[in-house]
Amino acid sequence: MSAVIRVLRQVAGLFVEDGWLALAILGIVALAAVLALLMPRLSPAAGALLLFGCLGVLVANVMRAARHDQEP
Amino acid sequence: MLLNTCHTNPRVVGPSKNGSIGLMMTWTVAAPAISAAFLSSLVEAVEALTIVLAVGTVRGWRPAGLGAVAGLALLALIVLALGPLLDRVPLNLLQLAIGILLLLFGMRWLRKAILRAAGVIPLHDEAIAYATETAQLREQASLDNARLDWLAALASFKAVMIEGLEVVFIVVAVGAGRGLIIPASVGAIAACLLVAGIGFAIHRPLARVPENTLKFVVGVMLSAFGVFWIGESFGVDWPGKDIAIIVFAALFFVVALGTVALTRRVGREALQ
Repeated sequence: MSAVIRVLRQVAGLFVEDGWLALAILGIVALAAVLALLMPRLSPAAGALLLFGCLGVLVANVMRAARHDQEP
Repeated sequence: MLLNTCHTNPRVVGPSKNGSIGLMMTWTVAAPAISAAFLSSLVEAVEALTIVLAVGTVRGWRPAGLGAVAGLALLALIVLALGPLLDRVPLNLLQLAIGILLLLFGMRWLRKAILRAAGVIPLHDEAIAYATETAQLREQASLDNARLDWLAALASFKAVMIEGLEVVFIVVAVGAGRGLIIPASVGAIAACLLVAGIGFAIHRPLARVPENTLKFVVGVMLSAFGVFWIGESFGVDWPGKDIAIIVFAALFFVVALGTVALTRRVGREALQ
């Protein structure tokens, strides 16, 4: 049983390594979805939010990891 | 790995001028799928081969080969069982689910590649991974010789299974929903055969594959595919249609390079 759990954890680890990054990506996707579904006329804005939100999340996460690494 | 191309794209499959129905796949549509699948599969195949070679070197090729074949067989079963199910999933749901997985997977790789390029975390070295794996197997050998062949076969099985699952995921993610499963499969199979051929010819892990550069490039491509697909599933009308993927990839690439430079500067300032 523990071997199965270990394999499942490894499979989950293919997609999620840093929980903060994964949650932030899902948050951006959810915001973009709400915007696109509630206001279809604003779908280009939802697309922009998705693209630039993901880019912003990436930069913020890497900077956070770098600062965290340099803390004594 | 060759699943049904269930959701056809009018730009991919359609009638030709003389009225016959055939594959009208253009190189610009297929090339990103083939290259993304090829490059990412190259990384995964090298990682799997490193462990299979370590097992083969320490415990002989029988348990290594058995484990690898069992892993490939299970992968084939998973693909055969789940492949036809893709037909039954509505296209926008498939795009959303795979887009999210692609984005999580691609940004995970990109994040790691940026941190490695900036020197925050050490580069992955297949030679070290190979040495670690062989050392662990030798240590286990001294403890319990009888169980070791099973453990060795299991190590080989797990490596092929986990890394192979990543390859299958990438092929499905890049190809499904756009009728590109076959080009993506061709890219992945070519990478796996290339790595297996070279690896078994030289009997050493392929330590010179620039893994971080590949992960950087593939992370950029998968993230761009992910954003595009999620947007499509929400009904976003991307300017330039498929060309938008290239623009997104360029944006991710520029931002990732900028983040490497920024991270290095932060590191230097912290040292001063």
